[in-house]
Amino acid sequence: MRLRLIPDDTNIDFFKHAKLTFGASMVAVLLALVVWFTMGLNYGIDFRGGTTLRTQSDAPVDVAAYRTALAPLQLGDISISEVYDPASNSKKHVAMVRIQAQEGEEAATPEMISQVEGALKTVAPNIVFTSVESVGPKVSGELIQTAFLAVAASLGAILIYIWLRFEWQFSLGAVAALFHDVILTIGIFSVLQIRFDLPVIAAILTIIGYSINDTVVIFDRLRENLRKYKKRDLREVMNLSVNETLSRTLMTSGTTLLALLALLFLGGDVIRGFVFAITWGVIVGTYSSVYVAKNIVLFLGVKRDWSKKDNNTGQYANIDA
Amino acid sequence: MLQIDLWKRVLIILTCAVGLWLALPNAFYGPVEQHNDAVKAIDVAGSTPELEAQRALWPNWMPSQLVNLGLDLRGGAHLLAEVKVADVYASRMEATWPEVRDSLRSITPVRRVEAPEGELRVRIGDAAQMAPALEAARTLARPVQTITGAGQNDIVVNGSGDIITITLSDAEKQATDERTMQQSLEIIRRRIDEVGTREPTIQRQGSDRILIQVPGIGSAAELKAIIGTTAQLTFNPVVNRGADENAAPGLGNSLLPDAESPGTFYVIETAPVVTGEELVDAQPSFDQNGRPAVSFRFDTTGARKFGTYTAENIGAPFAIVLDNKVISAPTIQSAIPGGSGIITGNFTVEESTNLAVLLRAGALPAGLTFVEERTIGPELGQDSIDAGKIATSVAFIAVLFFMWASYGLFGFFANIALIINVGMIFGLLSLIGATLTLPGIAGIVLTVGMAVDANVLIFERIREELKTAKGPARAISLGYERALSAILDANITTFIIAIILFVLGSGPVRGFAVTLGLGIVTSVFTAYFVTRLMVVFWFERRRPKTITV
Repeated sequence: MRLRLIPDDTNIDFFKHAKLTFGASMVAVLLALVVWFTMGLNYGIDFRGGTTLRTQSDAPVDVAAYRTALAPLQLGDISISEVYDPASNSKKHVAMVRIQAQEGEEAATPEMISQVEGALKTVAPNIVFTSVESVGPKVSGELIQTAFLAVAASLGAILIYIWLRFEWQFSLGAVAALFHDVILTIGIFSVLQIRFDLPVIAAILTIIGYSINDTVVIFDRLRENLRKYKKRDLREVMNLSVNETLSRTLMTSGTTLLALLALLFLGGDVIRGFVFAITWGVIVGTYSSVYVAKNIVLFLGVKRDWSKKDNNTGQYANIDA
Repeated sequence: MLQIDLWKRVLIILTCAVGLWLALPNAFYGPVEQHNDAVKAIDVAGSTPELEAQRALWPNWMPSQLVNLGLDLRGGAHLLAEVKVADVYASRMEATWPEVRDSLRSITPVRRVEAPEGELRVRIGDAAQMAPALEAARTLARPVQTITGAGQNDIVVNGSGDIITITLSDAEKQATDERTMQQSLEIIRRRIDEVGTREPTIQRQGSDRILIQVPGIGSAAELKAIIGTTAQLTFNPVVNRGADENAAPGLGNSLLPDAESPGTFYVIETAPVVTGEELVDAQPSFDQNGRPAVSFRFDTTGARKFGTYTAENIGAPFAIVLDNKVISAPTIQSAIPGGSGIITGNFTVEESTNLAVLLRAGALPAGLTFVEERTIGPELGQDSIDAGKIATSVAFIAVLFFMWASYGLFGFFANIALIINVGMIFGLLSLIGATLTLPGIAGIVLTVGMAVDANVLIFERIREELKTAKGPARAISLGYERALSAILDANITTFIIAIILFVLGSGPVRGFAVTLGLGIVTSVFTAYFVTRLMVVFWFERRRPKTITV
């Protein structure tokens, strides 16, 4: 008896609720953008400069006491958060202390760090500092630029690759789906105010890689079926293609999610933000491959007559998706 | 139909075997690491029974390259230093001033006036003499010795009214920046090697930054203290030379080893004639007979001291001492009055270049600003390794079970391929000496999840082909064939992302890009070729009439 995520033959009409699903995606993207611009992101020091200290103590973290201890040092904006890790040893109480970039300093001075460490030791004698990281405002500015460049370059490279391998309609559809995934990921980071730092950008790029993977598999099948069934309605062929690849889509998402969930719960808090982003992206990316990318291709229409050149206006161009 | 040529079979099996063979040392990380350290130590300092015992922990004929652990896993310090390259312009101008003064003195009285940093302004007593004064000053210019700056001079001399302004030309500034960066890198490298930590990373980043990563060091502040300390370069008189490391040097003298040839020792006078602080520049050049040599220049005080000393000691050797090691002990050929001189010897061009670098490497040429620093404690690194191990194992087992439950025997083939895949990733990482970071572990876990994608594509395809009832052999071969285009497209796009991440990322993110990229290459290989080989082997033995995937 084999494990089956779905029955062998499915015949789901993925366009039945196209208006609802596509509309929901649009609304979600808009909401994410609104949240991003109003609430902003909880940038880590990679992107805003400053210093973070990771503390570890056998006594529970008293955020208020830490704050009081640091107040006399007058270091400006300080944020202190306790780190919960269900998988870790309950004797370890970990907190992150973030100090803003100091006026006129490119990076934290050793004096400032030892002052902070000294102040925290007065309230928690057994405290140890398992990591101290400091990024100057100049570097953080550049890191933000590079991050945006990386995301833009990835989208651009994929736009070109898919265009070369398929058709421009596929390429636009795929990139729109990726854009959807990226914005929704940024949106969830904004809503939950999870720390947004350099590894999260790597996660977003991975999401792009994963989601395009999914989309390409469906497109590949669609291209094959379009050649096979020259007379059938584009919408029908699309549904057929998605149904045929549905088992694979879910299997792959399933195995990837299994691996990611293990990492999310057991991989420790240092990379939790990073893994969370990828996990979220795999879910959103799988959805967008099925519900976003091909709706746009359907909307744009596809050249069906592969033997003739540039007969592109397509009788299906105006089908209401 | 369902066939693979013999040579292809051999090639596939060999590739797997080599990959796993290379990965093997990582399974015994501790002993292999001790073995490697012992081999290095024996190489440098000779053998002791203790080191021999450590070396015996791992056989010599086995591969011993390990995956480096990144700072976030091993603990250590990371610094990004910005070199203030413009500092050097000012000191260059300082050194030019006496030359300018001396060359103009015969024409008109000169006085130095206030000028912005990196610029030299001279007021001449007689404005009418401007034209000959400019001409005289311009004779001080030397051609810039770089490929891009060819044909340009190192200084630009301008005159207006009674003021002569001298600045470095853009080509010379570029060349100077380049030299400053090389010197800084060299100095920092020497400083850190001195501390003797394992596998430090010292890399240039962009035009004026240096990335320094030192595993195992307590804190970034400690590292800064090491880099901040300037090494002492001195020029000392040589008393004699010998091979006895226990020779009594005598009062006021020191016994120092030769830096190049072990077993050679010099007795030198402890009080230096001049020190590296007084050295302005050193360049590889050639002597009058066209043999490689090193030319050097002292500042004014250094030049005076050096001139007097050399005039009095022609024919005697003197030692160039760096970090209490004699790096060279040339013989004084003639008095060197002008503060610049040339060191000849039995040099090759490469040696003279190195010596010039070493001479310049005496003191940091420019100040450093630390723009980024990170300290990761070893406990945190260990925690991350432990968590990573557990998570990877759980992920692995879950995926293996899932594949087996879904595809039965074929799933089992895919699982073997997956295990080989992870082995090969480690093998390749060891081979290229890549660094494994925490996001890199995540990359491997993600690869585990995604690697089966190719197999899922193939198996789903075989299932479909089976429905059209062409017989199992045909279905299997069609499944592999027709799934290939989707597999390639899907993996190439992900590979593009890995390249972008590698080019634009840094540190841990780059580590992630490397494992992701390698994982794509190995997973396509194992998921496609290796499973196919297994299926073919199985099919040839059993010849099943029907199959279920």
